[in-house]
Amino acid sequence: MDSSTTPPIGAITTENAQLDVTLEQLKKLVSPRAFTGETMLLNMGPQHPSTHGVLRLLLELDGETVISCVPDIGFLHTGIEKTHEGKTYLKGVPLTDRTDYLAPMINNLAYCGAIEKLMGIEVPLRAQYIRVILAELTRMNSHLVWLGTHALDIGAMSMFLYCMREREDLLDVFELVSGARMMSSYFRPGGLWRDVPPAFFDLVKKVLDVFPARIIEYERLLKENPLWKERTIGVGVISKADALAFGMSGPSLRGSGVNYDVRKAFPYSSYDHFDFNVPLGSNGDVYDRYRCRLDEFPQSLRIIKQALDRLPEGPVMTDDRKIAPPPKHEIGTSMEALIHHFKLWTEGFSGPNADVYFAVESGKGEYGVYVHGDGGPKPRRLHFRAPSLCNLQALPRMAKGALIADLVGIVGSIDIVLGEVDR
Amino acid sequence: MNWKTTFRKLTRIPLGFYTVLQQTLRKPVTVQYPEQTRPMVPRFRGRHHLKRYDNGLERCIGCALCAAACPADAIYVEAGENTNDARFSPGERYSQTYEINMLRCIFCGYCEDACPTNAIVLEPIEFPTGYSREAMIYTKSMLLESPPINVPATPQVTEPGKFDRSIVPFPPIDQQA
Repeated sequence: MDSSTTPPIGAITTENAQLDVTLEQLKKLVSPRAFTGETMLLNMGPQHPSTHGVLRLLLELDGETVISCVPDIGFLHTGIEKTHEGKTYLKGVPLTDRTDYLAPMINNLAYCGAIEKLMGIEVPLRAQYIRVILAELTRMNSHLVWLGTHALDIGAMSMFLYCMREREDLLDVFELVSGARMMSSYFRPGGLWRDVPPAFFDLVKKVLDVFPARIIEYERLLKENPLWKERTIGVGVISKADALAFGMSGPSLRGSGVNYDVRKAFPYSSYDHFDFNVPLGSNGDVYDRYRCRLDEFPQSLRIIKQALDRLPEGPVMTDDRKIAPPPKHEIGTSMEALIHHFKLWTEGFSGPNADVYFAVESGKGEYGVYVHGDGGPKPRRLHFRAPSLCNLQALPRMAKGALIADLVGIVGSIDIVLGEVDR
Repeated sequence: MNWKTTFRKLTRIPLGFYTVLQQTLRKPVTVQYPEQTRPMVPRFRGRHHLKRYDNGLERCIGCALCAAACPADAIYVEAGENTNDARFSPGERYSQTYEINMLRCIFCGYCEDACPTNAIVLEPIEFPTGYSREAMIYTKSMLLESPPINVPATPQVTEPGKFDRSIVPFPPIDQQA
Protein backbone atom coordinates (compact mmCIF):
# COMPACT_ATOMS: atom_id res chain seq x y z
CA MET A 1 0.00 0.00 0.00
CA ASP A 2 1.21 3.48 -0.78
CA SER A 3 2.20 5.08 2.48
CA SER A 4 1.35 8.59 1.31
CA THR A 5 -2.37 7.78 0.99
CA THR A 6 -2.86 5.97 4.29
CA PRO A 7 -3.51 8.23 7.21
CA PRO A 8 -1.22 7.87 10.23
CA ILE A 9 -2.50 5.78 13.09
CA GLY A 10 -4.63 7.75 15.49
CA ALA A 11 -5.53 10.47 13.02
CA ILE A 12 -9.16 11.49 12.84
CA THR A 13 -10.66 10.14 9.66
CA THR A 14 -14.16 10.76 8.38
CA GLU A 15 -15.41 7.43 9.77
CA ASN A 16 -14.48 8.02 13.39
CA ALA A 17 -14.90 11.79 13.41
CA GLN A 18 -18.48 11.39 14.52
CA LEU A 19 -17.29 9.50 17.61
CA ASP A 20 -15.41 12.54 18.82
CA VAL A 21 -17.31 14.45 21.44
CA THR A 22 -17.39 18.17 21.02
CA LEU A 23 -17.83 20.74 23.74
CA GLU A 24 -21.23 21.61 22.26
CA GLN A 25 -22.39 18.04 22.74
CA LEU A 26 -21.06 17.96 26.27
CA LYS A 27 -23.04 21.08 27.04
CA LYS A 28 -26.23 19.20 26.24
CA LEU A 29 -25.70 16.95 29.24
CA VAL A 30 -26.97 19.72 31.49
CA SER A 31 -29.80 22.19 30.94
CA PRO A 32 -29.09 25.65 29.46
CA ARG A 33 -29.95 27.18 32.83
CA ALA A 34 -26.63 25.93 34.15
CA PHE A 35 -24.75 28.36 31.90
CA THR A 36 -26.68 31.39 33.02
CA GLY A 37 -25.87 30.64 36.63
CA GLU A 38 -29.48 29.96 37.49
CA THR A 39 -28.68 26.41 38.55
CA MET A 40 -25.53 25.12 40.16
CA LEU A 41 -23.22 22.42 38.86
CA LEU A 42 -21.78 20.27 41.62
CA ASN A 43 -19.39 17.34 41.51
CA MET A 44 -20.31 14.53 43.84
CA GLY A 45 -17.37 12.18 44.03
CA PRO A 46 -15.16 10.50 42.99
CA GLN A 47 -13.99 10.69 46.59
CA HIS A 48 -17.41 11.04 48.15
CA PRO A 49 -17.93 8.13 50.56
CA SER A 50 -21.57 7.65 49.60
CA THR A 51 -20.83 6.92 45.97
CA HIS A 52 -19.60 3.47 47.02
CA GLY A 53 -16.24 3.66 45.38
CA VAL A 54 -14.99 6.07 42.78
CA LEU A 55 -18.14 7.17 41.00
CA ARG A 56 -18.31 10.81 39.99
CA LEU A 57 -21.73 12.34 39.63
CA LEU A 58 -22.11 15.68 37.92
CA LEU A 59 -25.18 17.20 39.49
CA GLU A 60 -27.15 20.16 38.31
CA LEU A 61 -28.93 21.62 41.29
CA ASP A 62 -31.75 24.06 41.64
CA GLY A 63 -31.50 24.76 45.33
CA GLU A 64 -31.58 21.29 46.77
CA THR A 65 -33.40 19.66 43.89
CA VAL A 66 -31.49 17.61 41.37
CA ILE A 67 -32.30 18.81 37.84
CA SER A 68 -29.98 16.38 36.11
CA CYS A 69 -27.39 13.87 37.14
CA VAL A 70 -24.59 12.66 34.88
CA PRO A 71 -22.63 9.66 36.15
CA ASP A 72 -18.98 9.71 35.14
CA ILE A 73 -17.44 6.28 35.35
CA GLY A 74 -14.04 4.83 34.55
CA PHE A 75 -12.01 5.84 37.59
CA LEU A 76 -11.49 2.21 38.54
CA HIS A 77 -10.94 0.89 35.04
CA THR A 78 -8.45 -1.96 35.32
CA GLY A 79 -8.73 -3.50 31.87
CA ILE A 80 -9.83 -6.89 33.14
CA GLU A 81 -11.58 -7.80 29.88
CA LYS A 82 -8.48 -6.94 27.88
CA THR A 83 -6.23 -8.84 30.29
CA HIS A 84 -8.37 -11.92 29.76
CA GLU A 85 -7.31 -11.99 26.12
CA GLY A 86 -3.76 -12.76 27.19
CA LYS A 87 -4.65 -15.45 29.72
CA THR A 88 -5.58 -19.06 29.14
CA TYR A 89 -9.08 -20.12 30.15
CA LEU A 90 -7.82 -21.59 33.40
CA LYS A 91 -5.77 -18.55 34.35
CA GLY A 92 -8.72 -16.22 33.90
CA VAL A 93 -10.41 -17.39 37.10
CA PRO A 94 -8.47 -15.17 39.56
CA LEU A 95 -9.21 -12.15 37.38
CA THR A 96 -12.95 -12.62 37.70
CA ASP A 97 -12.72 -12.34 41.48
CA ARG A 98 -11.72 -8.77 41.01
CA THR A 99 -14.66 -7.50 39.00
CA ASP A 100 -17.41 -7.61 41.60
CA TYR A 101 -15.15 -8.01 44.60
CA LEU A 102 -18.06 -8.36 47.00
CA ALA A 103 -19.36 -11.49 45.26
CA PRO A 104 -16.27 -13.32 43.97
CA MET A 105 -17.77 -16.80 43.99
CA ILE A 106 -20.68 -15.76 41.77
CA ASN A 107 -18.24 -14.21 39.29
CA ASN A 108 -16.24 -17.43 39.31
CA LEU A 109 -19.43 -19.35 38.69
CA ALA A 110 -20.37 -17.19 35.72
CA TYR A 111 -16.91 -17.43 34.19
CA CYS A 112 -16.51 -21.17 34.76
CA GLY A 113 -20.04 -21.74 33.52
CA ALA A 114 -19.23 -19.91 30.30
CA ILE A 115 -16.04 -21.91 29.78
CA GLU A 116 -17.88 -25.15 30.52
CA LYS A 117 -20.58 -24.19 28.04
CA LEU A 118 -17.90 -23.39 25.48
CA MET A 119 -16.13 -26.69 26.02
CA GLY A 120 -19.32 -28.71 26.50
CA ILE A 121 -18.34 -30.14 29.89
CA GLU A 122 -20.73 -31.66 32.37
CA VAL A 123 -19.92 -30.70 35.96
CA PRO A 124 -20.45 -33.41 38.63
CA LEU A 125 -23.59 -32.98 40.70
CA ARG A 126 -21.70 -32.61 43.98
CA ALA A 127 -19.70 -29.74 42.54
CA GLN A 128 -22.90 -28.12 41.27
CA TYR A 129 -24.53 -28.33 44.70
CA ILE A 130 -21.46 -26.96 46.48
CA ARG A 131 -21.38 -24.17 43.92
CA VAL A 132 -24.99 -23.36 44.73
CA ILE A 133 -24.29 -23.30 48.49
CA LEU A 134 -21.30 -21.02 48.06
CA ALA A 135 -23.06 -18.81 45.51
CA GLU A 136 -25.94 -18.27 47.91
CA LEU A 137 -23.54 -17.49 50.75
CA THR A 138 -21.87 -15.02 48.42
CA ARG A 139 -25.21 -13.46 47.61
CA MET A 140 -25.81 -12.99 51.32
CA ASN A 141 -22.33 -11.54 51.67
CA SER A 142 -23.01 -9.09 48.86
CA HIS A 143 -26.38 -8.11 50.31
CA LEU A 144 -24.88 -7.67 53.78
CA VAL A 145 -22.33 -5.17 52.52
CA TRP A 146 -25.06 -3.44 50.55
CA LEU A 147 -27.39 -3.29 53.55
CA GLY A 148 -24.68 -2.03 55.86
CA THR A 149 -23.39 0.70 53.59
CA HIS A 150 -26.83 1.72 52.33
CA ALA A 151 -28.15 2.08 55.86
CA LEU A 152 -24.98 3.89 56.91
CA ASP A 153 -25.46 6.37 54.07
CA ILE A 154 -28.96 7.14 55.23
CA GLY A 155 -27.85 7.38 58.84
CA ALA A 156 -28.35 4.00 60.52
CA MET A 157 -24.88 3.36 61.84
CA SER A 158 -25.55 0.20 63.88
CA MET A 159 -26.70 -1.65 60.77
CA PHE A 160 -23.26 -1.31 59.28
CA LEU A 161 -21.57 -2.79 62.32
CA TYR A 162 -24.02 -5.69 62.53
CA CYS A 163 -23.75 -6.49 58.84
CA MET A 164 -19.96 -6.52 58.96
CA ARG A 165 -20.15 -8.80 61.98
CA GLU A 166 -22.32 -11.33 60.18
CA ARG A 167 -20.27 -11.05 57.04
CA GLU A 168 -17.32 -12.31 59.04
CA ASP A 169 -19.08 -15.67 59.52
CA LEU A 170 -19.51 -15.97 55.76
CA LEU A 171 -15.94 -14.96 55.03
CA ASP A 172 -14.80 -17.66 57.45
CA VAL A 173 -16.57 -20.21 55.25
CA PHE A 174 -14.86 -18.87 52.13
CA GLU A 175 -11.51 -18.91 53.87
CA LEU A 176 -12.02 -22.48 54.98
CA VAL A 177 -12.83 -23.83 51.54
CA SER A 178 -10.61 -21.71 49.33
CA GLY A 179 -7.84 -20.33 51.54
CA ALA A 180 -8.69 -16.70 50.87
CA ARG A 181 -11.36 -14.53 52.37
CA MET A 182 -12.24 -12.45 49.37
CA MET A 183 -10.26 -13.44 46.27
CA SER A 184 -11.32 -17.04 46.49
CA SER A 185 -10.81 -18.44 42.95
CA TYR A 186 -12.43 -21.60 44.25
CA PHE A 187 -14.45 -22.61 41.20
CA ARG A 188 -12.43 -23.87 38.28
CA PRO A 189 -13.59 -24.74 34.76
CA GLY A 190 -14.90 -28.29 35.19
CA GLY A 191 -15.70 -28.22 38.88
CA LEU A 192 -14.05 -27.09 42.07
CA TRP A 193 -10.46 -26.60 43.16
CA ARG A 194 -10.73 -29.24 45.89
CA ASP A 195 -13.55 -30.88 47.78
CA VAL A 196 -14.84 -28.99 50.81
CA PRO A 197 -13.18 -29.92 54.13
CA PRO A 198 -15.37 -31.64 56.77
CA ALA A 199 -15.46 -28.50 58.92
CA PHE A 200 -17.35 -26.75 56.12
CA PHE A 201 -20.65 -28.37 57.04
CA ASP A 202 -20.42 -27.29 60.67
CA LEU A 203 -19.63 -23.72 59.68
CA VAL A 204 -22.50 -23.51 57.19
CA LYS A 205 -24.89 -25.04 59.73
CA LYS A 206 -23.76 -22.39 62.20
CA VAL A 207 -24.59 -19.71 59.64
CA LEU A 208 -27.99 -21.32 59.06
CA ASP A 209 -28.67 -21.37 62.82
CA VAL A 210 -27.52 -17.85 63.54
CA PHE A 211 -28.90 -15.99 60.57
CA PRO A 212 -32.71 -16.08 61.03
CA ALA A 213 -32.37 -14.33 64.39
CA ARG A 214 -30.07 -11.74 62.83
CA ILE A 215 -32.54 -11.02 60.05
CA ILE A 216 -35.21 -10.35 62.69
CA GLU A 217 -32.82 -7.84 64.24
CA TYR A 218 -32.33 -6.05 60.92
CA GLU A 219 -36.08 -5.96 60.42
CA ARG A 220 -36.66 -4.55 63.89
CA LEU A 221 -34.19 -1.77 63.20
CA LEU A 222 -35.37 -0.74 59.76
CA LYS A 223 -38.54 -2.34 58.41
CA GLU A 224 -41.11 -0.33 60.37
CA ASN A 225 -38.80 2.45 61.46
CA PRO A 226 -40.63 5.72 60.65
CA LEU A 227 -37.36 7.54 59.97
CA TRP A 228 -36.23 4.87 57.51
CA LYS A 229 -39.62 4.85 55.82
CA GLU A 230 -39.64 8.62 55.48
CA ARG A 231 -36.29 8.52 53.78
CA THR A 232 -37.03 5.63 51.39
CA ILE A 233 -40.71 5.38 50.46
CA GLY A 234 -41.52 7.23 47.27
CA VAL A 235 -37.86 8.12 46.67
CA GLY A 236 -36.07 7.24 43.46
CA VAL A 237 -39.12 5.75 41.79
CA ILE A 238 -38.63 3.97 38.49
CA SER A 239 -41.51 2.42 36.61
CA LYS A 240 -41.68 -1.14 35.34
CA ALA A 241 -41.34 -0.04 31.71
CA ASP A 242 -38.42 2.28 32.42
CA ALA A 243 -36.59 -0.33 34.44
CA LEU A 244 -36.90 -2.82 31.60
CA ALA A 245 -35.92 -0.24 29.02
CA PHE A 246 -32.75 0.61 30.91
CA GLY A 247 -31.81 -3.06 31.02
CA MET A 248 -31.89 -3.25 34.78
CA SER A 249 -31.81 -6.64 36.43
CA GLY A 250 -31.69 -8.25 39.81
CA PRO A 251 -33.36 -6.85 42.92
CA SER A 252 -33.31 -3.35 41.44
CA LEU A 253 -35.58 -4.57 38.64
CA ARG A 254 -37.70 -6.77 40.88
CA GLY A 255 -38.33 -3.79 43.14
CA SER A 256 -40.34 -2.37 40.26
CA GLY A 257 -42.41 -5.54 40.08
CA VAL A 258 -40.82 -7.34 37.13
CA ASN A 259 -40.46 -11.01 37.90
CA TYR A 260 -37.13 -11.79 36.30
CA ASP A 261 -34.54 -13.91 38.03
CA VAL A 262 -31.93 -15.81 36.02
CA ARG A 263 -32.06 -18.63 38.57
CA LYS A 264 -35.73 -19.19 37.66
CA ALA A 265 -35.77 -18.08 34.04
CA PHE A 266 -32.64 -19.92 32.85
CA PRO A 267 -31.68 -22.34 35.64
CA TYR A 268 -27.98 -23.08 35.86
CA SER A 269 -25.91 -25.23 38.21
CA SER A 270 -28.99 -27.26 39.29
CA TYR A 271 -30.94 -24.27 40.62
CA ASP A 272 -34.07 -25.97 39.29
CA HIS A 273 -33.62 -28.71 41.90
CA PHE A 274 -34.36 -26.30 44.70
CA ASP A 275 -37.48 -24.71 45.96
CA PHE A 276 -37.39 -20.96 46.51
CA ASN A 277 -39.37 -17.80 45.90
CA VAL A 278 -38.36 -14.62 44.20
CA PRO A 279 -39.41 -11.60 46.28
CA LEU A 280 -41.07 -8.86 44.27
CA GLY A 281 -41.80 -5.21 44.97
CA SER A 282 -44.43 -3.04 43.37
CA ASN A 283 -43.61 0.67 43.61
CA GLY A 284 -40.04 0.66 42.33
CA ASP A 285 -38.82 3.02 45.04
CA VAL A 286 -35.85 2.73 47.37
CA TYR A 287 -37.94 1.01 50.02
CA ASP A 288 -39.16 -1.71 47.64
CA ARG A 289 -35.65 -2.42 46.43
CA TYR A 290 -34.59 -2.67 50.05
CA ARG A 291 -37.43 -5.11 50.77
CA CYS A 292 -36.54 -7.25 47.75
CA ARG A 293 -32.96 -7.65 48.86
CA LEU A 294 -33.78 -8.26 52.50
CA ASP A 295 -36.39 -10.87 51.58
CA GLU A 296 -33.74 -12.71 49.61
CA PHE A 297 -31.88 -13.61 52.80
CA PRO A 298 -34.45 -16.22 53.96
CA GLN A 299 -34.68 -17.59 50.42
CA SER A 300 -30.90 -17.99 50.24
CA LEU A 301 -30.98 -19.80 53.57
CA ARG A 302 -33.72 -22.07 52.20
CA ILE A 303 -31.65 -22.97 49.15
CA ILE A 304 -28.55 -23.64 51.26
CA LYS A 305 -30.52 -25.87 53.62
CA GLN A 306 -31.93 -27.93 50.75
CA ALA A 307 -28.57 -28.22 49.04
CA LEU A 308 -26.88 -29.33 52.26
CA ASP A 309 -29.55 -31.96 52.92
CA ARG A 310 -29.37 -33.39 49.43
CA LEU A 311 -25.64 -33.01 48.84
CA PRO A 312 -24.59 -36.12 46.87
CA GLU A 313 -21.29 -37.92 47.25
CA GLY A 314 -18.87 -38.15 44.38
CA PRO A 315 -16.13 -36.25 42.60
CA VAL A 316 -16.02 -32.46 42.47
CA MET A 317 -14.09 -32.16 39.23
CA THR A 318 -14.93 -33.44 35.81
CA ASP A 319 -12.96 -36.55 34.81
CA ASP A 320 -12.20 -35.10 31.39
CA ARG A 321 -8.41 -35.03 31.51
CA LYS A 322 -8.27 -32.67 28.56
CA ILE A 323 -9.79 -29.97 30.76
CA ALA A 324 -9.12 -30.79 34.39
CA PRO A 325 -5.54 -31.26 35.62
CA PRO A 326 -5.05 -34.83 36.92
CA PRO A 327 -4.79 -35.58 40.65
CA LYS A 328 -1.24 -34.86 41.70
CA HIS A 329 -0.51 -38.24 43.20
CA GLU A 330 -0.87 -39.76 39.72
CA ILE A 331 1.92 -37.64 38.28
CA GLY A 332 4.67 -39.82 39.71
CA THR A 333 3.17 -43.03 38.33
CA SER A 334 1.32 -42.20 35.13
CA MET A 335 2.94 -40.88 31.99
CA GLU A 336 -0.37 -39.55 30.62
CA ALA A 337 -1.07 -37.71 33.85
CA LEU A 338 2.35 -36.07 33.70
CA ILE A 339 1.86 -34.98 30.10
CA HIS A 340 -1.64 -33.66 30.77
CA HIS A 341 -0.43 -31.83 33.85
CA PHE A 342 2.36 -30.04 32.01
CA LYS A 343 0.23 -29.32 28.95
CA LEU A 344 -2.67 -27.91 30.96
CA TRP A 345 -0.56 -25.67 33.17
CA THR A 346 1.57 -24.27 30.37
CA GLU A 347 -0.47 -24.18 27.19
CA GLY A 348 -3.95 -24.73 28.61
CA PHE A 349 -6.82 -26.41 26.82
CA SER A 350 -8.02 -25.15 23.49
CA GLY A 351 -11.62 -24.20 23.03
CA PRO A 352 -13.66 -24.29 19.84
CA ASN A 353 -14.09 -21.37 17.51
CA ALA A 354 -17.43 -20.36 18.98
CA ASP A 355 -19.29 -17.70 20.91
CA VAL A 356 -21.09 -18.44 24.16
CA TYR A 357 -23.03 -16.36 26.63
CA PHE A 358 -23.64 -17.61 30.13
CA ALA A 359 -25.48 -15.62 32.75
CA VAL A 360 -25.97 -16.11 36.46
CA GLU A 361 -27.97 -14.19 39.01
CA SER A 362 -25.49 -12.21 41.05
CA GLY A 363 -26.38 -10.17 44.09
CA LYS A 364 -26.75 -7.17 41.82
CA GLY A 365 -28.48 -8.70 38.84
CA GLU A 366 -27.77 -10.68 35.74
CA TYR A 367 -24.03 -11.22 35.63
CA GLY A 368 -23.17 -12.59 32.22
CA VAL A 369 -19.96 -13.67 30.58
CA TYR A 370 -19.63 -13.57 26.81
CA VAL A 371 -16.72 -15.57 25.45
CA HIS A 372 -15.61 -15.36 21.86
CA GLY A 373 -13.21 -18.26 21.38
CA ASP A 374 -10.92 -18.44 18.39
CA GLY A 375 -9.99 -22.10 18.57
CA GLY A 376 -6.95 -21.47 20.72
CA PRO A 377 -6.36 -21.72 24.46
CA LYS A 378 -7.15 -18.04 25.04
CA PRO A 379 -10.35 -16.14 24.34
CA ARG A 380 -10.22 -13.73 21.42
CA ARG A 381 -12.57 -11.45 23.34
CA LEU A 382 -14.24 -11.79 26.68
CA HIS A 383 -16.98 -9.51 27.89
CA PHE A 384 -18.72 -9.20 31.22
CA ARG A 385 -22.32 -8.11 31.24
CA ALA A 386 -22.02 -6.31 34.55
CA PRO A 387 -25.34 -5.68 36.32
CA SER A 388 -23.94 -2.69 38.21
CA LEU A 389 -23.19 -0.87 34.98
CA CYS A 390 -26.65 -1.52 33.52
CA ASN A 391 -28.38 -0.57 36.75
CA LEU A 392 -26.31 2.58 37.05
CA GLN A 393 -27.67 3.79 33.72
CA ALA A 394 -31.06 4.24 35.32
CA LEU A 395 -29.66 6.53 38.01
CA PRO A 396 -30.23 9.81 36.07
CA ARG A 397 -33.88 8.86 35.60
CA MET A 398 -34.34 7.98 39.28
CA ALA A 399 -32.47 11.02 40.53
CA LYS A 400 -34.39 13.54 38.44
CA GLY A 401 -36.31 15.79 40.78
CA ALA A 402 -34.99 14.16 43.91
CA LEU A 403 -33.41 16.06 46.75
CA ILE A 404 -29.65 15.94 46.97
CA ALA A 405 -29.86 14.16 50.32
CA ASP A 406 -32.05 11.46 48.75
CA LEU A 407 -29.54 10.91 45.98
CA VAL A 408 -27.30 9.17 48.48
CA GLY A 409 -30.10 6.72 49.22
CA ILE A 410 -30.84 6.16 45.55
CA VAL A 411 -27.21 5.41 44.70
CA GLY A 412 -27.14 2.99 47.61
CA SER A 413 -30.37 1.30 46.60
CA ILE A 414 -29.15 0.22 43.16
CA ASP A 415 -26.16 -1.47 44.83
CA ILE A 416 -23.29 -0.66 42.53
CA VAL A 417 -19.77 -1.97 42.88
CA LEU A 418 -17.39 0.18 40.92
CA GLY A 419 -14.98 -2.66 40.30
CA GLU A 420 -17.74 -4.24 38.26
CA VAL A 421 -18.94 -1.04 36.60
CA ASP A 422 -15.50 -0.20 35.20
CA ARG A 423 -13.87 -3.65 35.00
CA MET B 1 -53.30 9.63 60.79
CA ASN B 2 -55.22 7.89 63.52
CA TRP B 3 -53.92 7.20 67.02
CA LYS B 4 -53.16 3.58 66.21
CA THR B 5 -50.57 4.35 63.54
CA THR B 6 -49.12 7.10 65.70
CA PHE B 7 -48.74 4.68 68.58
CA ARG B 8 -47.20 2.08 66.25
CA LYS B 9 -44.73 4.61 64.97
CA LEU B 10 -43.81 5.68 68.48
CA THR B 11 -43.07 2.12 69.57
CA ARG B 12 -40.74 1.41 66.65
CA ILE B 13 -37.96 3.73 67.77
CA PRO B 14 -37.76 2.36 71.35
CA LEU B 15 -37.75 -1.12 69.80
CA GLY B 16 -34.71 -0.12 67.76
CA PHE B 17 -32.98 1.21 70.87
CA TYR B 18 -33.78 -2.02 72.69
CA THR B 19 -32.28 -4.05 69.83
CA VAL B 20 -29.10 -2.01 69.94
CA LEU B 21 -28.86 -2.17 73.73
CA GLN B 22 -29.17 -5.96 73.60
CA GLN B 23 -25.77 -6.05 71.94
CA THR B 24 -24.06 -4.87 75.11
CA LEU B 25 -24.85 -8.20 76.73
CA ARG B 26 -23.22 -10.21 73.94
CA LYS B 27 -19.63 -11.25 73.72
CA PRO B 28 -17.56 -8.97 71.48
CA VAL B 29 -16.57 -10.48 68.15
CA THR B 30 -13.50 -8.32 67.66
CA VAL B 31 -9.93 -9.38 68.38
CA GLN B 32 -7.20 -7.06 69.63
CA TYR B 33 -5.13 -7.59 66.53
CA PRO B 34 -1.41 -7.19 67.16
CA GLU B 35 -1.66 -8.93 70.53
CA GLN B 36 -4.24 -11.54 69.51
CA THR B 37 -4.49 -13.09 66.09
CA ARG B 38 -7.22 -15.11 64.46
CA PRO B 39 -6.40 -18.77 63.87
CA MET B 40 -5.82 -19.42 60.17
CA VAL B 41 -7.21 -22.38 58.30
CA PRO B 42 -4.84 -25.03 56.87
CA ARG B 43 -5.73 -24.04 53.31
CA PHE B 44 -4.90 -20.38 53.87
CA ARG B 45 -2.86 -19.05 50.99
CA GLY B 46 -0.17 -17.04 52.72
CA ARG B 47 3.55 -16.79 52.08
CA HIS B 48 5.33 -19.20 49.74
CA HIS B 49 7.81 -21.75 51.04
CA LEU B 50 10.10 -24.05 49.09
CA LYS B 51 10.06 -27.45 50.71
CA ARG B 52 12.70 -30.15 51.17
CA TYR B 53 12.62 -33.92 51.37
CA ASP B 54 13.48 -35.61 54.66
CA ASN B 55 17.02 -36.30 53.43
CA GLY B 56 17.63 -32.58 52.99
CA LEU B 57 17.37 -32.47 49.19
CA GLU B 58 15.25 -29.71 47.70
CA ARG B 59 11.92 -30.70 46.19
CA CYS B 60 12.16 -28.05 43.49
CA ILE B 61 13.44 -29.47 40.20
CA GLY B 62 13.53 -26.17 38.33
CA CYS B 63 10.84 -27.11 35.81
CA ALA B 64 9.42 -23.55 35.92
CA LEU B 65 5.87 -24.84 35.72
CA CYS B 66 4.97 -22.46 38.57
CA ALA B 67 6.24 -19.56 36.48
CA ALA B 68 4.16 -20.77 33.53
CA ALA B 69 1.05 -21.19 35.64
CA CYS B 70 1.35 -17.84 37.42
CA PRO B 71 -1.46 -15.53 36.22
CA ALA B 72 0.45 -12.50 37.48
CA ASP B 73 3.84 -13.45 36.02
CA ALA B 74 5.42 -13.02 39.44
CA ILE B 75 7.79 -16.01 39.41
CA TYR B 76 11.19 -16.28 37.77
CA VAL B 77 13.02 -19.61 37.69
CA GLU B 78 16.39 -20.47 36.23
CA ALA B 79 17.42 -24.11 36.28
CA GLY B 80 20.87 -25.55 36.87
CA GLU B 81 22.29 -29.06 36.36
CA ASN B 82 22.76 -31.44 39.28
CA THR B 83 25.90 -33.56 39.56
CA ASN B 84 26.60 -36.32 42.03
CA ASP B 85 29.25 -34.16 43.68
CA ALA B 86 26.95 -31.20 44.08
CA ARG B 87 23.37 -32.41 44.29
CA PHE B 88 20.56 -30.01 45.18
CA SER B 89 17.53 -32.06 44.21
CA PRO B 90 16.71 -35.53 42.90
CA GLY B 91 16.89 -35.85 39.14
CA GLU B 92 18.75 -33.85 36.56
CA ARG B 93 18.01 -30.27 37.37
CA TYR B 94 17.43 -27.92 40.27
CA SER B 95 16.45 -24.29 40.54
CA GLN B 96 19.55 -22.14 40.43
CA THR B 97 17.57 -18.93 40.73
CA TYR B 98 14.10 -18.78 42.20
CA GLU B 99 12.52 -15.39 42.66
CA ILE B 100 8.97 -14.37 43.51
CA ASN B 101 7.95 -10.77 43.23
CA MET B 102 5.67 -10.48 46.22
CA LEU B 103 4.28 -7.17 44.95
CA ARG B 104 2.98 -8.82 41.79
CA CYS B 105 1.81 -12.01 43.47
CA ILE B 106 -1.96 -12.26 43.90
CA PHE B 107 -1.80 -15.33 46.17
CA CYS B 108 -4.08 -17.41 43.98
CA GLY B 109 -2.21 -20.63 44.71
CA TYR B 110 -1.82 -21.65 41.08
CA CYS B 111 1.92 -22.26 41.56
CA GLU B 112 1.10 -24.68 44.34
CA ASP B 113 -1.39 -26.46 42.09
CA ALA B 114 1.01 -26.62 39.18
CA CYS B 115 4.08 -27.84 41.07
CA PRO B 116 4.59 -31.52 40.14
CA THR B 117 6.72 -32.22 43.24
CA ASN B 118 4.77 -30.18 45.83
CA ALA B 119 7.90 -28.07 46.27
CA ILE B 120 6.20 -24.69 46.53
CA VAL B 121 3.55 -24.40 49.20
CA LEU B 122 1.57 -21.39 50.35
CA GLU B 123 1.41 -21.62 54.11
CA PRO B 124 -0.72 -19.77 56.63
CA ILE B 125 2.19 -18.02 58.29
CA GLU B 126 4.12 -14.79 57.81
CA PHE B 127 2.77 -12.06 55.64
CA PRO B 128 5.17 -10.54 53.15
CA THR B 129 5.89 -6.96 54.09
CA GLY B 130 8.78 -4.69 53.25
CA TYR B 131 9.99 -1.14 53.01
CA SER B 132 11.28 -1.17 49.42
CA ARG B 133 10.52 -2.74 46.09
CA GLU B 134 13.82 -4.60 46.09
CA ALA B 135 13.08 -6.13 49.47
CA MET B 136 9.81 -7.50 48.12
CA ILE B 137 11.50 -9.69 45.51
CA TYR B 138 11.97 -12.85 47.52
CA THR B 139 14.97 -14.88 46.46
CA LYS B 140 15.53 -18.58 46.80
CA SER B 141 17.42 -18.27 50.10
CA MET B 142 14.44 -16.44 51.62
CA LEU B 143 11.90 -18.93 50.32
CA LEU B 144 13.73 -22.20 50.94
CA GLU B 145 13.03 -23.83 54.29
CA SER B 146 15.98 -24.98 56.40
CA PRO B 147 16.90 -28.70 56.28
CA PRO B 148 15.74 -31.06 59.05
CA ILE B 149 17.95 -31.35 62.14
CA ASN B 150 21.14 -33.39 61.67
CA VAL B 151 20.67 -33.44 57.91
CA PRO B 152 23.24 -31.70 55.67
CA ALA B 153 22.08 -28.78 53.57
CA THR B 154 22.36 -28.72 49.79
CA PRO B 155 24.55 -29.20 47.77
CA GLN B 156 25.11 -32.75 48.98
CA VAL B 157 27.53 -35.36 47.74
CA THR B 158 25.51 -38.41 46.70
CA GLU B 159 26.37 -41.82 45.31
CA PRO B 160 25.68 -42.28 41.58
CA GLY B 161 22.37 -43.76 40.46
CA LYS B 162 20.53 -43.15 43.73
CA PHE B 163 18.57 -40.02 42.74
CA ASP B 164 17.76 -40.56 39.09
CA ARG B 165 14.07 -39.78 39.22
CA SER B 166 12.96 -36.26 39.85
CA ILE B 167 9.25 -36.88 40.41
CA VAL B 168 8.35 -39.40 43.06
CA PRO B 169 4.78 -40.47 43.90
CA PHE B 170 3.29 -38.83 46.95
CA PRO B 171 -0.05 -39.20 48.77
CA PRO B 172 -3.14 -37.31 47.55
CA ILE B 173 -2.96 -33.70 48.67
CA ASP B 174 -6.62 -33.65 49.63
CA GLN B 175 -5.92 -35.85 52.61
CA GLN B 176 -3.83 -33.09 54.14
CA ALA B 177 -6.44 -30.37 54.36
